[in-house]
Amino acid sequence: MHEQAIATEWSLQVEDVRKSYGEREALKGVSLAVAPGEFVALLGPNGAGKSTLFQLLTGLFNADGGVVRVCGHDMRREPVRALGRIGVVFQQMTLDLDLSVEANLVFHARLHGIAGRESKARIADALQRLGLTERARDRVRELSGGNRRKVELARALVHRPSVLLMDEATVGLDPASRRQLLDEVLALRESEVGILWASHLVDEAEAADRVIVLHRGKILAEGTPQGLVAASATTSLAEAFLQMTGGGERSPGPPQ
Amino acid sequence: MKLRHALLALQAVTSREVAKFVRQGGRLASALVRPLLWLVVFAAGFQNVFGVSIIPPYDTYIPYQTYIVPGLLGMVLLFNGMQSSLAMVYDREMGVMRLLLTAPLPRSYLLFAKLLAGTLLSVLQAYVFLAIAALFDVGVPWSGWLYALPVLVLSGMMLGALGLLLSVHVKQLENFAGTMNFVIFPMFFVSPALYPLWKLEESGATVIHFIATWNPFSHAVEATRFALYGQWAPQSLAIVVGCLAGFFLLAAWGYDPQRGIVKRAGKPGGA
Repeated sequence: MHEQAIATEWSLQVEDVRKSYGEREALKGVSLAVAPGEFVALLGPNGAGKSTLFQLLTGLFNADGGVVRVCGHDMRREPVRALGRIGVVFQQMTLDLDLSVEANLVFHARLHGIAGRESKARIADALQRLGLTERARDRVRELSGGNRRKVELARALVHRPSVLLMDEATVGLDPASRRQLLDEVLALRESEVGILWASHLVDEAEAADRVIVLHRGKILAEGTPQGLVAASATTSLAEAFLQMTGGGERSPGPPQ
Repeated sequence: MKLRHALLALQAVTSREVAKFVRQGGRLASALVRPLLWLVVFAAGFQNVFGVSIIPPYDTYIPYQTYIVPGLLGMVLLFNGMQSSLAMVYDREMGVMRLLLTAPLPRSYLLFAKLLAGTLLSVLQAYVFLAIAALFDVGVPWSGWLYALPVLVLSGMMLGALGLLLSVHVKQLENFAGTMNFVIFPMFFVSPALYPLWKLEESGATVIHFIATWNPFSHAVEATRFALYGQWAPQSLAIVVGCLAGFFLLAAWGYDPQRGIVKRAGKPGGA
């Protein structure tokens, strides 16, 4: 009884999740949790296991061990309920370029069982929130990279998820679009959405409520950005991150 | 799963498939050119080479063109079924499939919706082919258009389910052409699409004859042939339905998150 109460307090809960590809262990027992209205940055160099973790979180495949819970719903036992509470922006673009912005959102709404007046209202709402109302009838192909990402964010919000998963969502965006997208997502905290933002870019983690550092399939550190800096006796989060991940196999700095 | 939600998702998947089909203007043309070449060119040339004696469901001598119509309908279904699976592989590589697979519906239902959408296109193409064949005076009885509908739907679903199953195992787009050669052509040629199977027996090709009788495509063609003349081929139909169920269950199993076939799509680039 008590356990159940704790489980549902979190928007997202990951307990000792493991996943191997043959010999290689991609995740060696990862546990984390995101509370409603919390922005958690999952920071890790390339190859840390972020994508694998996101595939488990979105139910694309199951973990070898451990549990993923979304608002208390076990992804393995109740995938439909769990998936219904998640909004995702994938690393790869998943929009239909030849459909209009609106048509892409309608497709998504229907997959979530939303139609008619309700669908219209929610889509208009999501587009307005992201300043895309004017572009609703444009084909996605005509949109810039930054706006395409915003459309994907709007789409992820149409079914009013409790958890928002952002998987390296700023890849390939210019600095201004990157900042804008980050700000939009940060603003979502007000509506009690729990956010997990995966990135290898340290500057994006500066604004997070909590930072989780993932390296080689394990969590190395967890805390507020300031806390991590203090604990590592460095002067910035970037330095702390470099120190923890041994400089990283690949540089974790912002894209050139 | 609520019925309304299920229907909305089906509508979403279907309208997307149809929109894609309409956009790719050449697809209908290329789907029709193949069987029409067989009908108009090949069959015309072979008209007098193959004597087709009276065999059920026909009650009279029939020209060769008439004989191959059911086989060519099968060809339309076969190619479209494989094309849908090619699209699945493509969607998986492009990541678009994740959108579908993360929808809050049972995954097997989403695959089923995909299968139904693909079958709708298959059957529509089959009817366009029938109409053009009628223009070339290679008609089937009008009642046959109606009788054939359930058989075309089931055959289309069976071949589409086979495509789904293949899409589980074909990991990359580049491997697809090979699969086509190993699946489409043997299935089509080792079947009663172009000549009755007794001809194989008569010419002593017993092994090929044996394989043909085990080929599910053979049964799709025969079930269609009988239905076009208002008759049922219960055994063939049962085999089509059995294969449909078998292929679909295996495909659904292949797409099971426990088995994680989608994982490869996300691997490169790691993180």
